[in-house]
Amino acid sequence: MKRRDFVGLSALAAGAVFLPNFPGFGGTLVTPERLLESVMDAAVNKRLADAALNAAKSAGASYADVRIGRYLNQSIFTREKQVQNIQSGESFGAGVRVLANGTWGFAATNTVTEAGLAKAAQLAVQIAKANSKVQKEQVKLAPVKGHGEVSWKTPIQQNAFEVPIAQKVELLLAANAKALDNGANFVNSSLFQINEQKYFASTDGSYIDQDVHRIWPTFDVTAIDRASGKFRTRQALSAPMGMGYEYMTPKAAGKIAGPAGTGLVGYKDSYDILEDAALAAKQAKEKITAKSVVPGKYDLVLDPNHLGLTIHESVGHPTELDRVLGYEANYAGTSFATLEWRAKKQPYGSKLVNIVADKLQPGSLGAVGYDDEGVKTKKWDIIKDGVLVDYQKIRDQAAMVGQNESDGCCYADSWSSVQFQRMPNVSLQPGKAKLSVDEMIKNVDKGIYIAGRGSFSIDQQRYNSQFGGTVFYAINKGKIDGMLEDVAYQTNTLEFWNSCAAICDESDYRLFGSFFDGKGQPSQVSAVSHGSATTRFNGVNVINTARKIG
Amino acid sequence: MAILSKEEAQAILTKVLSYSKADECEVTLNGRTGGNVRSARNAISTAGAVDNVSLAVESRFGKRSGVATCNEFDEATLRRCVQRAEEIARLAPESPEYVPYLGAQKYLAPSPAAFAAATANITPDYRAQQTAASMKLCEQKKLSSAGFLNDEAGFIAKRNSKGLEAYQQITNLEYSVTVRTPDGTGSGYATADYNDASKFDAARLTQIAADKAAASVGAKAIEPGKYTVILEPAALVANTDASLLAALMNALDARNADEGRSFLSKKGGGNRKGEKLFDERVTIYSDPLNAEIPTLTFSGDGRPQQKMTWIEKGVVKNLYTTRFWAQKAGIPDIPRPGGWIMEGGTQSVQDMIKGTEKGILVTRLWYIRPVDPQTLLYTGLTRDGTFYIENGKIKHPVKNFRFNESPIIMLNNLEAIGKPQRVGGNLVPPLKIRDFTFTSLSDAV
Repeated sequence: MKRRDFVGLSALAAGAVFLPNFPGFGGTLVTPERLLESVMDAAVNKRLADAALNAAKSAGASYADVRIGRYLNQSIFTREKQVQNIQSGESFGAGVRVLANGTWGFAATNTVTEAGLAKAAQLAVQIAKANSKVQKEQVKLAPVKGHGEVSWKTPIQQNAFEVPIAQKVELLLAANAKALDNGANFVNSSLFQINEQKYFASTDGSYIDQDVHRIWPTFDVTAIDRASGKFRTRQALSAPMGMGYEYMTPKAAGKIAGPAGTGLVGYKDSYDILEDAALAAKQAKEKITAKSVVPGKYDLVLDPNHLGLTIHESVGHPTELDRVLGYEANYAGTSFATLEWRAKKQPYGSKLVNIVADKLQPGSLGAVGYDDEGVKTKKWDIIKDGVLVDYQKIRDQAAMVGQNESDGCCYADSWSSVQFQRMPNVSLQPGKAKLSVDEMIKNVDKGIYIAGRGSFSIDQQRYNSQFGGTVFYAINKGKIDGMLEDVAYQTNTLEFWNSCAAICDESDYRLFGSFFDGKGQPSQVSAVSHGSATTRFNGVNVINTARKIG
Repeated sequence: MAILSKEEAQAILTKVLSYSKADECEVTLNGRTGGNVRSARNAISTAGAVDNVSLAVESRFGKRSGVATCNEFDEATLRRCVQRAEEIARLAPESPEYVPYLGAQKYLAPSPAAFAAATANITPDYRAQQTAASMKLCEQKKLSSAGFLNDEAGFIAKRNSKGLEAYQQITNLEYSVTVRTPDGTGSGYATADYNDASKFDAARLTQIAADKAAASVGAKAIEPGKYTVILEPAALVANTDASLLAALMNALDARNADEGRSFLSKKGGGNRKGEKLFDERVTIYSDPLNAEIPTLTFSGDGRPQQKMTWIEKGVVKNLYTTRFWAQKAGIPDIPRPGGWIMEGGTQSVQDMIKGTEKGILVTRLWYIRPVDPQTLLYTGLTRDGTFYIENGKIKHPVKNFRFNESPIIMLNNLEAIGKPQRVGGNLVPPLKIRDFTFTSLSDAV
């Protein structure tokens, strides 16, 4: 059977695993049909959850919550003209978290029966009581009123798991063909799809049924010049989204033209992978002969598909309250934005900088109705007119900063992982006055326009960062003036945000996303979006990254 | 049932293979049991446990392949798992990169040190006691600790329809701790890993981190630029982040080099195997029987792991590859190693400091990311103990730096190599490097 026959015959086929080591989502590999079976029944889950909660209370818990979760994923990988790997995975089980003697305990089980959950609850209480012997301070939970029986679903139009694999494979291979036809030597493309079916219940009286969907198409194109031995890559300019397969259907209204002279297109709530792959191939080739940047101070004009990552690293992470308090010190680090620092009301950025946290934003990766400890989600200010006004909190942190309400930022990447504080969608608000990206560039005398994520690194307290990008264009006297290479900018978070000089308006606003954001020990991943419009930062230090290795 | 004996595991695999109707079938059992404790602010924050055995079945019809897994072992489930793998295989496209399974292989007898009963028998009480000892030491010194202890005992068993049979048990314990001063102006770090938990002492490691934290208070800013550095082993290899030496080892892939997208690609085509690309004191090899870092004697696809030299006296001697690419390119069929050893000398870090007129001691590097795959240029920052050395002594702590450096350039600027220590399952010596490129300062502690 040839590949095309497979594509034609198989509406729901899983493919060969000859090529190794792609990032997996965990769980057990299953036939794709399994992903369409419905095994989560709210009435059954309520009975099971009550068994866990009652067992926890009987064993001595003062509080308990239970998460019964079915986590589905599918990933498709291709290179050039072939399918490399198709994985369909499912993970099903339950995690019980309890407070006993003022100390947390957690246990998980894949035996999702009343007896299995009761046993897990008893074990969680046992662990909590054992740990309480070495604890000095009791956990204080911010109050949450029970929500009763409620539900929430990502507002998708087309469930990606219901789309035949054949159709998805065909699209990725068509994108690869576009790249190869336009001069690429190599192309890898992939499509990640996630569906979290989560049932949460707590002794507060909440029974919450949620159905969360995420999708991420992406590719990497490489062009090689054999004579010089140079090679360059260009990544997709898609964003992972909290959407269904409708994201893969290009819509004219979802496209935003990049600056004149670049040919770039920004994608809002739909993605044209064929168009982007063709342009990527041309740009990867162009990068081989692009001018190497002259280091110095430049005014940077940053596309949302680049700036999202800067927001993530320099605002999202440092305003996580668990980092501020020291819980992440051994791994990802702490934060410069300490409680004392915030009390001084030191400017985080210029007055133009308004950054909001929002767990409700349509299309975003972090959108849910309720977090993983039953808190109804909301939108709130993190930075207002350039000043840090709040952090991201969960129930056991609110009291530590003199507040009595969680922000709904609790998340676990699996039923078997304990939930903890994770970043909500954190986004820069667009400018209020009308301003297009071309108008913004018109006012830049010596600058660089950057799109795409590229290389990124920031210190453990989130001061010093270095960011690269996918494509770079010189801006000379108000105009795009050819492609640049070897560009990275180094900055300090506070200097960077204080150099923010202009933000395009709402019409340029788009989401960027991080699909596998890591944190915690053992490490867990979460997905989160960052919105912005194209933004200008004045006088940023740009270095040249070209080196010789002999 | 997490740790099955060879006989128990092969009995299950033989039974599963007997259900196969495919042209070829390979089955793998993977089991592990273990636990972890996380702490911060001198208190336990989370604790967990894991205990699981899973079976993977790969079935092939011609060049089509399907994989299914399960973690229940009753006959009906096992039969369903095989059936599912065969269903998937029948629907899959032919793989242009198909190679037949390996037949029976001869493997080295695993090192007895690979599996330690002391690690397999760890209890929740043991984890709590070790963590408590670390926290107590810091409390007494009025310091704040954040640590992570993780231990695992496991096995892997393989069998296929061509006669391949493999089995090995392995254990591992790792611990890391960051100690900070209460005012947030000092921070120190220590990490270690072992096959045998009886070698582990959380308090001893915490003492190192605590001493560094206390000594790093009052860091002075010095200008970024090119400096002689002593990079401790944890600054060269990390198990929580990318790292400079691991990046180099990860780049020794034959296919990427041959395809023209690696620092090992040659102008005009081909690769740079056989060329001297590093200082002649650089020798890196792997050995699954090394007593300090015993690893599996077979690779994931069943190829035997043997002692293998990767870089010898600065010359690239071997590249690893998939079986498909080895056949296509007509090159040696070498699997990627489980761990590796960089040869060193006998000097400790203290000895190296004594022999340094001016330089910087680096405890740990962080957020290391690739900047340019063409030159293997990486960026990242120093963290948790960075000190200025003058006339053979640590003079004062310095503020952290961002670096932009390539391990290729770094290993051409070698001043001295110290005694290798185990880090992340590898043996890594501290290195003294001249002209290491720091490009900016960081205020982070």
